[in-house]
Amino acid sequence: MHGEGFFSQAFVYLTAAVVSVPVAKRLGLGSVLGYLLAGIAIGPFGLHLVGEEGQDVMRFAEFGVVMMLFLVGLELEPTLLWRLRGPVLGLGGLQVAATTAVVAGFALALGMPGREALAVGLVLSMSSTAIVLQSLAEKGLLKTAAGQSSFAVLLFQDLAVIPILALFPLLGRPGASLGEAGHAPTWVAGLPAWGETLLVLAVVGAVVLGARFLLRPVFRAIAATHLRELFTAAALLLVIGIALLMTRVGLSPALGTFLAGVVLATSEYRHELESDVEPFKGLLLGLFFIAVGASIDFGLVASQPARIAALVALVLVAKGAVLFLLARAFRLGTDQALTFAFALPQVGEFAFVLLSYALQQAVLGSEATGPLVAVVALTMAATPLLMAFGERVVLPRVGTRKKEEREADRIDERSPVIVAGFGRFGSTVGRLLKANGVAATVLDNDSDRVEVLRRLGLKVFYGDATRHDLLHAAGADAARLLVLALDSPEKNLALVETARQHFPHLRILARAADWSDAHALVEAGVENVYRETLDSSLRLGVDALRLVGFRGYRAGRAARTFLRHDEESVRTLAKLRGDRARYFSVARGRIEELEHALLADLEDAADTRDLGWDAESLREEALKSDLGRPAAGPTE
Amino acid sequence: MSRVLLLFAHPDLEKSRANRKLVERARGVSGVTFHDLYEAYPDFDVDVKREQALLLAHDTVVLQHPFYWYQAPALVKQWEDLVLEHGWAYGTGGTALRGKRLVSAVTTGGGEAAYRAEGHNRFTVRQLLAPIEQTARLCGMDYPPPFVVHGTHRLDAEGIARAAGEYALFLTALRDDRVDFETARELPRVNADLAGVLRPEPVASGGGDAR
Repeated sequence: MHGEGFFSQAFVYLTAAVVSVPVAKRLGLGSVLGYLLAGIAIGPFGLHLVGEEGQDVMRFAEFGVVMMLFLVGLELEPTLLWRLRGPVLGLGGLQVAATTAVVAGFALALGMPGREALAVGLVLSMSSTAIVLQSLAEKGLLKTAAGQSSFAVLLFQDLAVIPILALFPLLGRPGASLGEAGHAPTWVAGLPAWGETLLVLAVVGAVVLGARFLLRPVFRAIAATHLRELFTAAALLLVIGIALLMTRVGLSPALGTFLAGVVLATSEYRHELESDVEPFKGLLLGLFFIAVGASIDFGLVASQPARIAALVALVLVAKGAVLFLLARAFRLGTDQALTFAFALPQVGEFAFVLLSYALQQAVLGSEATGPLVAVVALTMAATPLLMAFGERVVLPRVGTRKKEEREADRIDERSPVIVAGFGRFGSTVGRLLKANGVAATVLDNDSDRVEVLRRLGLKVFYGDATRHDLLHAAGADAARLLVLALDSPEKNLALVETARQHFPHLRILARAADWSDAHALVEAGVENVYRETLDSSLRLGVDALRLVGFRGYRAGRAARTFLRHDEESVRTLAKLRGDRARYFSVARGRIEELEHALLADLEDAADTRDLGWDAESLREEALKSDLGRPAAGPTE
Repeated sequence: MSRVLLLFAHPDLEKSRANRKLVERARGVSGVTFHDLYEAYPDFDVDVKREQALLLAHDTVVLQHPFYWYQAPALVKQWEDLVLEHGWAYGTGGTALRGKRLVSAVTTGGGEAAYRAEGHNRFTVRQLLAPIEQTARLCGMDYPPPFVVHGTHRLDAEGIARAAGEYALFLTALRDDRVDFETARELPRVNADLAGVLRPEPVASGGGDAR
């Protein structure tokens, strides 16, 4: 795969993805199915654009799985895991165990040997995190009991993949392995058994300790260069390095990167790492699913459609039944239990990973994995239909439909305010909010400051706030306000753009450097704009007025009146600015604006007198009429 | 129909029990303009032009506030000082408010018995409201007896809800010109006998809003 061949290959794969995924999403099938369909389309049973080399691509794309597990580790907040420990271990553990047992039982009954039956059971116990979470979120069901239980089960399955990957080599037919370990020379090959164990333990320990103590200073140094691509490179280097190391000692690379991810989950670089690795993972996983799609053997499906259909039905019914019974055992209402059972009965993307690994490790032969890949893909395709069936046909008949028992938001205790930039400006905003009991989520891209603030116990995340994925990670979906307090006006404007596009519900309060910056923000549609030096220069002005003899209250009122008029003129002038401003240099523009401002002040001067406190007209009247002034008027 | 402006002043609404409920019900009465002074002017810089325009656009002004040291909270005084300008509200050419009506709506912590010559507050609420009454008179406005909720410290949720319900009825009647002010004038406070003061639903009246 190099030169023109490589590019034409890449062209085919990318075209397939770019065309199929949006279509699949439109049809409500989700991106995983979109990739599978793309693979089918370009595969030997579609347009026949890829053939044998699909296997090479598959091996390359499997690295996406390694990255996925790194991200699973990163996203594994220990506190969240601890809070959900009951449902995760109980419900999730039992789901995997019971489904494995039932499926393995069927497999045995169909005449499969014990080890292979167990492997098939484990593979088919997985559900599709990508499909289920997305569908539940779309239907607004994530916070219901069914949604929470689904989340817990999926979390357990994500974790269970690690030991299952570790278990498969043990299930393999001895000597038949043609897995990764076969490619690279390992360091453990010549060692005695105890040495091998010792080396493995030492390497795992090194990964954990290294991630804990070595990586933070390294990342800090890299972040201090302010070169984003360097950080991305470092993140990739970390994942690839660990994967290589693990392969060398004969362990699963996924296990190693998962461990590193868990250790880094509590670090302040978590979000940055996440958003750096995420696109690579997404692309490689997409490639992986395309490769899976291309490898579905439709010849097989066509030759025995009844058998495949029966297997699909069997898997869905068996998994669904286990899910429903477990949900009832965990005291979910009938409605919730049914929703739960209709959400999770498909087999998930992890199954493809496990199947290809099982094939490598010679746990299963291709005569078993071939039909299974087709079955898995078909169950996934059936999910949207199944959920719709459950929702529209089954629930209205069976369910009690009392008010949905919302389990209080256990996961989403997110703060209503996001403060982007915690420098001189944002820190004051954040402190005021905190002093009044409003917890703000802070984003900042100065690594040194992040260090200090974290040491002081603040919840500060490191990263470039203008990236929508970081905003997403910081909970922009649930927040109400976004405070833009970044040092750079360009960045603030870029963030306005991002927020408008991805999180239109957020109310934006923006810091502006000066007049023209304020104008730009007003033009971008921001209502709340604050020029950063305005209030302090006015306070200085008030003190100056007092020192030349004004009384305090009068001076303060004068400043507030001035501020209001100034704010109004910013808005008026923002409209005037339009095309003209483009022809002037920035400096000329500023001077012109100052001129406008000074003229406006002269016009407004008449308004700033407080006539209600002004007794002049009263005195005139009193002197004229000689009747004395009305009792209610102000006295001098 | 009378256009009703509800001027509301409370510096600490978060902790109020009675006023919060009264406001909640009052805002449910359609056709009444609700204007929260402490929310609009937290820095006491009353926008005179805006306030005068509001007054001009309405026939009846209800001034609702708690009783602090026998008076309205400070912002009401600031509002009066700045908005009721000489030559606009009173004095030569000061006729902007003539013919309109000002009604006080007041809550007191102490019970009605305390607000009597022999009680420990020694004056009735009506007497203590004299400065506002005279301000209204000087501006040519009618000033009927106030709507008073007494003893809010001792009122339970039910009592507050009842008072708030009466308040909403009263505001609705003000809006629809169904308050018999002749009868009301005999009362110490308009809600001492609300049923006797409010005329029943519509008897199509020709004797319109501004007297």
